[in-house]
Amino acid sequence: MPRIIPCLDVKEGRVVKGVGFKNLREAGDPVELAKLYDQQGADELVFLDITATIEARAAMADIVYAVAGQVFIPLTVGGGVRSENDVQKLLSAGADKISVNSAAIQNPMLISNAAKRFGAQCITLAIDAKKDSRNNQSGFSVYSHGGTRHSGLDAIAWAKEAQERGAGEILATSMDRDGKKNGFDLPLLTKIAQAVDIPIIASGGAGEMEHFKDVLKIPSITGALAASLFHYREMSIAQLKTYLQEQGISMRITEEISQHSCP
Amino acid sequence: MGETAIIDYGSGNIRSVARALEAAGAREIYIGAEPKRLQKADRLVLPGVGALGSCLEKLRAQQGLLETLEACVLEKGKPFLGICVGMQVMVEKGFEYGKQRALGWFKGSVRRLNPNKLNSDKNAYLPVPHMGWNNLQQLQPHPLLQGVTEGEPVYFVHSFSVCENNPACAIAQVQYGAPTLAVLAKNSIVGVQFHPEKSQHTGQKILANFLAWRP
Repeated sequence: MPRIIPCLDVKEGRVVKGVGFKNLREAGDPVELAKLYDQQGADELVFLDITATIEARAAMADIVYAVAGQVFIPLTVGGGVRSENDVQKLLSAGADKISVNSAAIQNPMLISNAAKRFGAQCITLAIDAKKDSRNNQSGFSVYSHGGTRHSGLDAIAWAKEAQERGAGEILATSMDRDGKKNGFDLPLLTKIAQAVDIPIIASGGAGEMEHFKDVLKIPSITGALAASLFHYREMSIAQLKTYLQEQGISMRITEEISQHSCP
Repeated sequence: MGETAIIDYGSGNIRSVARALEAAGAREIYIGAEPKRLQKADRLVLPGVGALGSCLEKLRAQQGLLETLEACVLEKGKPFLGICVGMQVMVEKGFEYGKQRALGWFKGSVRRLNPNKLNSDKNAYLPVPHMGWNNLQQLQPHPLLQGVTEGEPVYFVHSFSVCENNPACAIAQVQYGAPTLAVLAKNSIVGVQFHPEKSQHTGQKILANFLAWRP
């Protein structure tokens, strides 16, 4: 069953995307938001640490620890993961999967070693990809450091290499679509899906419920991620899942969702 | 309710399992692998993530652990729950990166998922690992699934699954290209391929059932 995955960008202990100031839900507290999404029927949660300092990074482990004690769905944590030691710390705080990005580009052995030590199922490779006219392989290049540096890697070749090195999943974000709300990057995601056998989470561009339907039709795309859409309450996870179910895409419908959708 | 022991042999998401068991009502939890403590516990939980071979190696590397487990579970009939690879170790053999001899508490083997074998529809390609929620189909009643409705979804992450030939031990399955064993049981032993500690309300029900189980 495809997964609907809210993403919480965390900076110094607070959720920074989609933070409003009206009520608890928009108070930017990651633990409260995680609980809310869990109640709404989120299938997994992704936490991305966009903190710059090492001191604040320790706060991320505390957040994961707090969430993992109250929310019993899978938690993926990433952002600034540089070493096996970082992976270990987040796993012991209660993360189920760790996503690696820039550090894996600099040192691909991080994927191999972490997959070997902790199991392929808990290593997710996050790829930030952008259409690139200079790239004559797939036409999509990988960027690192929060999308600021052209890595020189081809997005499709990198996805394949990550699978060979033992990654259990790919989180593919289209930088061209991110925040644009004009739909997921179907050409990019289709290419990655055709190249690997492991599950892929699509990210970047979700704006309408229909966008989720379109992307989840691609084989191997077993998860769709969105952030501000859910944070800003443009749509609720319950509404979205009810819609997708009606469109013939089988969803995990919890009691809360069925109550929500009943008039 | 007495003590629940979570066997810590260097593999598995021990902490997640412990916290989910606490939320399901476990009062006293021991985390470790010391034979004397395991003998005292009321019930045993064996988590496991990663590769079967490395889990088996780590289990065998703990002094006296396997002997204690077999005495507690096979002879004394203590309730035992194996989760994910903790379920897989209980059959006879596995084929993950080579061939492994497993514990042999159940007949059968651990084999790589092959969900696209019978599936010629390119538009319905199923990736491996099988990662996500899937609906439990109950094959026969078991106290572990009491109060769990037919089709309730639970969370899976695995590339290998148990093929057990004895239908009497198969309690529940899911469809992933082919029927895939999800719950295996006999006497005081249950194994689940999914992660009850990550399966929200359904997982909590299953863990509470295990804590209340008096086989």
